[in-house]
Amino acid sequence: MIRAILIFNNHGKPRLSKFYEHYTEDTEQQIIRETFHLVSKRDENVCNFLEGGMLIGGSDYKLIYRHYATLYFVFCVDSSESELGILDLIQVFVETLDKCFENVCELDLIFHVDKVHNILAEMVMGGMVLETNMNEIIMQVDAQNKMEKSEAGIAGAPARAVSAVKNMNLPEMPRNINIGDISIKVPNLPSFK
Amino acid sequence: MALKIVKGSIDRMFDKNLQDLVRGIRNHKEDEAKYISTCIDEIKQELKQDNIAVKANAVCKLTYLQMLGYDVSWAAFNIVEVMSSSKFTYKRIGYLAASQCFHESTDVIMLTTNQIRKDLSSPNQYDTGVALTGLSCFVTPDLARDLANDIMTLMSHTKPYIRKKAVLIMYKVFLKYPESLRPAFPRLKEKLEDPDPGVQSAAVNVICELARRNPKNYLSLAPLFFKLMTSSTNNWVLIKIIKLFGALTPLEPRLGKKLIEPLTNLIHSTSAMSLLYECVNTVIAVLISLSSGMPNHSASIQLCVQKLRILIEDSDQNLKYLGLLAMSKILKTHPKSVQSHKDLILQCLDDKDESIRLRALDLLYGMVSKKNLMEIVKKLMLHVDKAEGTTYRDELLTKIIDICSQSNYQYITNFEWYISILVELTRLEGTRHGHLIASQMLDVAIRVKAIRIFAVAQMATLLDNAHLLTGNMQRNGICEVLYAAAWICGEFSEHLENPMQTLEAMLRPKVATLPGHIQAVYVQNAAKLFSTVLKSQEGSTEGTAAQETSQLMIDRLPLFVQSANLEVQERASCILQLVKYIQKLQQKEVEVAEEVSALFAGELNPVAPKAQKKVPVPEGLDLDAWINEPPSESESEDEQPKAIFAKEEPKHSRSRHTEVDEKELARRREARKQEQANNPFYIKASPSSQKVYQESPGVEHIPVVQIDLTVPLKVPGLPMSDQYLKLEEERRQKERADKKKKEKKKRKEKRSGRGRRHDSGPESEEDITPAHMVDIVTEEMPENALPSDDDDKDPNDPHKALDIDLDNLVESAGRRPLADSEKLPVRSHRAAKVAKSPVEDGDAENTPPSQEPKKKSSKEKREKKKDKDRDRKKSKEEKKKKKHKHEEKEEDLLGGEADEPVVQSEDTTEVVALPTSTNAEVSDLDFWLSNAPVPSNTQEAATVAATAEADSVPEATSGTAPDSDHDEPKNSELEETKSSKHKKKKQKKEKEEKEKKKKKKHHHHHRHHSDGGADESVQNGTVEDEEPLPPMSNYCLLAENSYIKMVCDIQGNLQDGSQVVVSVIFENKCDSLLKSMEFNVLDSLNSKLQRPEGSGPHDGFTVPFQLPPGVSNEARLVFTVQSIVMPQKMKGTLTFIVKNEDSSIHEKLDFKLHFTCTSYLITTPCYSDAFAKLLESGDLKCSSVRLEEVNMPFHHLLARICFHHHFSVVERIDSCASMYSRSIQGHHVCLLVKTSGQTVSIDAKCDEPTLLGNVLDEIKQTFSQC
Repeated sequence: MIRAILIFNNHGKPRLSKFYEHYTEDTEQQIIRETFHLVSKRDENVCNFLEGGMLIGGSDYKLIYRHYATLYFVFCVDSSESELGILDLIQVFVETLDKCFENVCELDLIFHVDKVHNILAEMVMGGMVLETNMNEIIMQVDAQNKMEKSEAGIAGAPARAVSAVKNMNLPEMPRNINIGDISIKVPNLPSFK
Repeated sequence: MALKIVKGSIDRMFDKNLQDLVRGIRNHKEDEAKYISTCIDEIKQELKQDNIAVKANAVCKLTYLQMLGYDVSWAAFNIVEVMSSSKFTYKRIGYLAASQCFHESTDVIMLTTNQIRKDLSSPNQYDTGVALTGLSCFVTPDLARDLANDIMTLMSHTKPYIRKKAVLIMYKVFLKYPESLRPAFPRLKEKLEDPDPGVQSAAVNVICELARRNPKNYLSLAPLFFKLMTSSTNNWVLIKIIKLFGALTPLEPRLGKKLIEPLTNLIHSTSAMSLLYECVNTVIAVLISLSSGMPNHSASIQLCVQKLRILIEDSDQNLKYLGLLAMSKILKTHPKSVQSHKDLILQCLDDKDESIRLRALDLLYGMVSKKNLMEIVKKLMLHVDKAEGTTYRDELLTKIIDICSQSNYQYITNFEWYISILVELTRLEGTRHGHLIASQMLDVAIRVKAIRIFAVAQMATLLDNAHLLTGNMQRNGICEVLYAAAWICGEFSEHLENPMQTLEAMLRPKVATLPGHIQAVYVQNAAKLFSTVLKSQEGSTEGTAAQETSQLMIDRLPLFVQSANLEVQERASCILQLVKYIQKLQQKEVEVAEEVSALFAGELNPVAPKAQKKVPVPEGLDLDAWINEPPSESESEDEQPKAIFAKEEPKHSRSRHTEVDEKELARRREARKQEQANNPFYIKASPSSQKVYQESPGVEHIPVVQIDLTVPLKVPGLPMSDQYLKLEEERRQKERADKKKKEKKKRKEKRSGRGRRHDSGPESEEDITPAHMVDIVTEEMPENALPSDDDDKDPNDPHKALDIDLDNLVESAGRRPLADSEKLPVRSHRAAKVAKSPVEDGDAENTPPSQEPKKKSSKEKREKKKDKDRDRKKSKEEKKKKKHKHEEKEEDLLGGEADEPVVQSEDTTEVVALPTSTNAEVSDLDFWLSNAPVPSNTQEAATVAATAEADSVPEATSGTAPDSDHDEPKNSELEETKSSKHKKKKQKKEKEEKEKKKKKKHHHHHRHHSDGGADESVQNGTVEDEEPLPPMSNYCLLAENSYIKMVCDIQGNLQDGSQVVVSVIFENKCDSLLKSMEFNVLDSLNSKLQRPEGSGPHDGFTVPFQLPPGVSNEARLVFTVQSIVMPQKMKGTLTFIVKNEDSSIHEKLDFKLHFTCTSYLITTPCYSDAFAKLLESGDLKCSSVRLEEVNMPFHHLLARICFHHHFSVVERIDSCASMYSRSIQGHHVCLLVKTSGQTVSIDAKCDEPTLLGNVLDEIKQTFSQC
């Protein structure tokens, strides 16, 4: 089981938090902070597994994380999950984000956390891995987005126009801080089908 | 209208959306909190508007704020509103918000039930999907109960997208509503073979999660998983399955044997590291479960270790980490194979990666030996000095202590060294583990008597230098050691070199800055020291010195009397008063030392940590009973459950339990007595423990401390553990030299003299004799302590509730069918009358698991029989283990009966002792597992396929079974049996001879038969082949005419002692539609049909379906009965309308419903020991019946009784069997069935003679019919 999925940046700012167990908002923030502290002080070339999170789980739980450019993707899992499998899953997640956002960067996650949630929901459900095939995930996400668009129809047009205008005024929307080299080597390359 | 929409959206476009909010927050970096609070106000305004789009937008923003740590639970109701929007866009926003912030105590959740149900059945698959995703995050017990049935339906949805989500969410439902597991399980199992890989993967996922917590219930799925493992190519699924097997193998060693080869193949063939790693892990689990060093498995262990070494040597840190992790699992059972890689592991200790260092530390635990302990610890101490982070350093500290103290200090040869290490560790700054060091100090000082002198000296130094430890307040964790130091100095003060100095050190004013509990120990032990000092001073004639000491106490103690800590204050004032009194006496020149030291006489014994918990509850003490009657408000609620348990508990589960425990207890008691006899510290019943210790005659056996004087005891100042290392080396060298000399002289003598002390170490280690011959005192446990391994289990673990036996459900629906109470709640008026669609009816596979299977095909029957047999066999096997002690009991078992059953039961146990009792009885799983020598892959696949077919083709089972017979002797189980068999045989023969003399007069024929059969079976290990059973059905014809046929089955309701459930199958025999069926019976005084609420006593029960031509369907009716001792007949009528194209006719059909006494019986498994107790109890009335000319094999006969009369076989001994059943009102019915030739005699006992008589009549009738 996956207990929590966290994405935060190099400064510990949460970009997405998904807890599959209930915690109060305060505890959630504490967990994010603690996890950030644990993860951020680690060198780049050490292993991606980490024990010793006090707040989440306990001895049966592990933090499995990956660091892409400015973002940390952290999964907190128990012993029923395969460590290398989860690493692969993170890779699939990031690649999926990359496909859905076309060259994903931190800003995409900042402004569209709801979309990231929707993508995640197609991969992991209630703490259990639902789908590991990227094409299948993208297909379902696209189908739902299409539905959303058709629902908005004419009525959605003005809102979209306004938001386009708003975005135009934004000099701070550079797309260059991209999540970086997502083709980081995964040890078990023949990935899931 | 269109205008309105456009206007609405124009309004909306100036609302802040999520992007605006994020942007705003980023632009207000300095006053973020203030900005957000204005935003929240805006959101509150937006939520008040009617426009759902505005609301959804607001909720969307709230979800973001929730992530930032803002509590948004106040908007829960608005979230529900958005969830119930008909538009997918908003619905999704709503469900996302709900999944992020709803939890069990969110009260609006109960409002969502109907909305979710609606979404689940939405024609749009994404509505359903979104609802399932959301629900998976916030499902509550109520939601789970209410929606379980809806979700179960979705498991068979046409779209795989929905199916996989539905399958996955079932796990969450099970967790919250465990009752749903049994009804849903068959369908879940079906999904393991779903054509869609996603659904299959989801099902594997769920079952793996379930099985991880309660593996034993899923053992029967092993063949299926095995098949999946050999066929699947999805790595994710493979990993899960392999992990699952890792959890299953400890329960079934035979499974492990079967797994090794395919896993080894996978290890060789796969290129995916994740898969390779999991395979290695599971192979390790298998090897652990086999544990005994079987020669052909050393290759596997070598393979694993070798692969792991490759992982550890890999440059990828992840692989290195995992390699070490898996290595630590091997370590537990095969330490030797890991020890050869010590170099690699020690190397990892220096890795820059902390995770890896920690893993390597774990492994060190198993690397140590008497030889290298000091070296390794020295290395760790170096690391301790170097370590920057406190977490890692603390970890090091605990590891050092773990390593040294493991298995009762097995590897420590020199305790002075260990004490020095502990003292050195106290110099660590800011460690959290002061208490750990302290407890080690205490433990060693108390249990290793030889070390006390040294320990006391060290502790005195510590106390003297206490300011070093307490000087810095940051180090407060470490001051815990002062607790230990003070106690040791006080308790063993007789060993102190200079007690006066220590006493002064303990009474320094600075002590008052220590934590309260430490001060308290200081005060108490100051008093102990005081008594020691007095003793020495009074002895040395100087009276004034003693008075000065008293004065010192009187001067210093008031400091503690003022302490804010109650404990300190109390002790201090008490002791102060005492000292004042002593001083008074001293001034009168009275000798007080003796009396003062009497205050602290006697030794304190070490008590095992869980001793208190293990004190058994004395008989007759009910801890749950109220001492006083509770307040009356809850009375009405309490009463009902009580009534249920009062009936069931004491008679079955409990008696079985104590039975098991008694033997175990006896054994433990024996062991403990032995231990106590050897334990000088055990306080025996006499008042003065010390005297007993000195006078006890057993003391000579105790190896008393011998101090090896090659080690100088005096170490000035704080000790340096390194010194010991050198000393140790010198000592060993010397020893080696000595030994060589000795060996030349007399080898034999030495061999016998050695080994008594330390026989546990491996051979090479025996060379190292400990520096101190130490007597490590074992901790005490209370007498009669109950063995309990579950001490550490979390009582709140939600998975406990999921420990549900699923086997009999899967294998045969008949054995323990889903009871009414186990059905998933459906939205209908009566759960007992779920209507079935005709489609489901026709297709046996599709039968919803929540309903009784109505067509008991011959296939099912056979399965059922197998299952039963297996259960019986299992219980027998269990029994066999206890057999030895059981033998006397066995005789009592049927003591009231004629003599010959005794012999027979002896014989059977003999037969039973062999795992292969009969061919046909080998159950699916056993059969599958019995091919212990693993065939090649292709063969295996064939076997699996054969197993799958074995259900339908019974011949296959009996055909292949002989093979399995020959294979089975290879099983370890059997080997065990064999060894004990010889003895048993002897005993048996003796007994038989005795019996023969007694019996010679009667039962000639019978005895001959039984003896012959038994001998034969003992020799072959098998009873004669038994052919498969003919099909049987419990459904009997109720009534029939040209339109309709009714067959029915009557079963008692286990949950309610006054209910009987009648399942009636209506079959349309004509070409017209039958509708408006009404089923009515004339209630008798004793039996009544339960009618829907609000209908009168003469109204009929409307059958909730119509019957198209040629279709049959089942309805269930519930009757209440009062007395169950007599059979009942009820008259009734079925009225219905026959509808043709042009006309409709009203028709009726009369019937007679016959409630036999059998239908009040419920198949209840019973263990033979409980059965024996029951018979012994003497509460049962006896009766018997004789059946002549029964022309069927004995096992058919038993099967018939089991099937038609709801009995279960307790034990079977070739031509004799004991059987058990229970009525819905709790009457026990016990049968002893014997056969000889065509005569079958049944002796029966029951606490209700009338019921028994009727049951026997019915049995007789059953056999007269065939």
